[in-house]
Amino acid sequence: MKLALAFLVVALASPAISGQALAQTPRTGTLKSIAETRSITLGVRDSAVPFSYLDDQQRPVGFAIDICMAVVDAIKAEVGLPELAVVMTPVTSSTRIPLLANGTIDLECGSTTNNPERQKQVAFSNTYFLTASRFAARKTSGLTTIDSLRGKAVASTSGTVNIAQLNRANTDRGLNLTILPGKDYAETFLLLETGRAQALVLDDVLLASLIASSKEPGAYVISADQFSQPEPYSIMLRRDDAPFKAVVDRATAALFTSPAGPALYAKWFLQPIPPRGLTLNLPMTPALAHAFAAPSDSPDPAHYAP
Amino acid sequence: MSYNWNWAIFGAQSPEGTGTYFVIMLRGLLTTVEVAVLAWIIALSAGIAIGLCRTLPGRVNRAVGTAWVELFRNVPLLVQLFLWYFVLPEVVSERFGDWMKSLPNAPFAIAVVGIGLFTSARVAEQVRAALGALPRGQLAAGMALGLTTLQTYRYVLLPMALRIMLPPLTGEMVSLVKNTSVALTIGLLELTARARAMQEFSFQVFEAFTAATIGYVIVNLAVTLAMRGLERRLRVPGYVT
Repeated sequence: MKLALAFLVVALASPAISGQALAQTPRTGTLKSIAETRSITLGVRDSAVPFSYLDDQQRPVGFAIDICMAVVDAIKAEVGLPELAVVMTPVTSSTRIPLLANGTIDLECGSTTNNPERQKQVAFSNTYFLTASRFAARKTSGLTTIDSLRGKAVASTSGTVNIAQLNRANTDRGLNLTILPGKDYAETFLLLETGRAQALVLDDVLLASLIASSKEPGAYVISADQFSQPEPYSIMLRRDDAPFKAVVDRATAALFTSPAGPALYAKWFLQPIPPRGLTLNLPMTPALAHAFAAPSDSPDPAHYAP
Repeated sequence: MSYNWNWAIFGAQSPEGTGTYFVIMLRGLLTTVEVAVLAWIIALSAGIAIGLCRTLPGRVNRAVGTAWVELFRNVPLLVQLFLWYFVLPEVVSERFGDWMKSLPNAPFAIAVVGIGLFTSARVAEQVRAALGALPRGQLAAGMALGLTTLQTYRYVLLPMALRIMLPPLTGEMVSLVKNTSVALTIGLLELTARARAMQEFSFQVFEAFTAATIGYVIVNLAVTLAMRGLERRLRVPGYVT
């Protein structure tokens, strides 16, 4: 009974205590561990062009990495350290959640879709890109609409949002497709390239980068038809760490609304990018321009509809 | 660790819209078992044949056996499946290549053949080792009785050699079941691929891979117990096994 009472007293007093502590050192959770270790760990991908990938010197580069570096600068100011060691840890789609959950990485800078399912497990910052599932096909195949795929062999990468949408479209529209799952983006593209599949369904930006780096970039066309509303990509961080998320949200919002935001977009999507100087040539869509002007962490595609 | 455990996820509908996550995982387990069983049939029959080739007198058959074993044993399984699936259809004639590409369920067929041949090289070595483990006098005794070489193998050597092989063969079977997971690289939706897909959709990584782990353990325990039973039934009283 005494013990219970003691707990009750502590529980009642704790908001006051933490409020006081906050006034002295505004650090809990991730911010605290960053300040203590004087380092931050970013999770990076190896082939998510142009968001997060390795250049010819095996250094992680990309649009998402640049955004994360801007966030790191804001964190430095927040914890009051002039220098912060930045560690880049490679993650895959299978390892990013466990490594974030167990504290190995603090931010994931890749090409991760923000959706309500995933928000049960992790948190997302402001949207930095919008992408819809579309399909790529050889120009000579004459495939342009989703309905023209009827009865064809269509590839997509297993375990992606895209293949789920493809499966649903197949069932809903009775397309009678043969769906070929590939292990990763490069191998899935190989399915289209070798003719095992007549079409390839992925995020449109990934299709653009795969086609741009293929042997004959002129031979493929991306459909105008889309399998979904454009969905948001965002930086992933641990759930239930409001002070840290507030810093990240502030930093990304400041970046996106300043002229540096569109300039950064142009650097990765309109200008030649390493390692081979390819140009993706994807002008900013009105929806994304709006998402930059009014930053949001909403997982709802309808929120971004123009 | 900030992880949100949610075992109820297995009751939730998967976004592919073809059943709950539990049903999807179960389907993956079924594919794993199907591939394992069919690949084992290839591995055992080809393995015994090649193993015999390596011990029978004669130069050509020994060379063929050695080449087979070294080829399939020394190239990583992952690379073998990749070669079968992506490279072979491009190097054969265009008509045959197109036929291979249009096969329904090509990843399944290629996984069965690829994993079966890979394991056959390992089984062949065990056949050879088991025959080598028999006292040399057995072959001589068979010959002295007037049996031909093939008869000696059939009635004297193989019955014992196959018994000696059973324990290491159990190990091969267990390995084979686990090796089926490599087939996800050619897009076969077996247990590991399903677990990967599930974690990607739901972000419940640990639940998905725990389920896969349990699946593999159950299958392999069943294999081990069945093989133990077989060993007991086939035991020759007073002999090694």
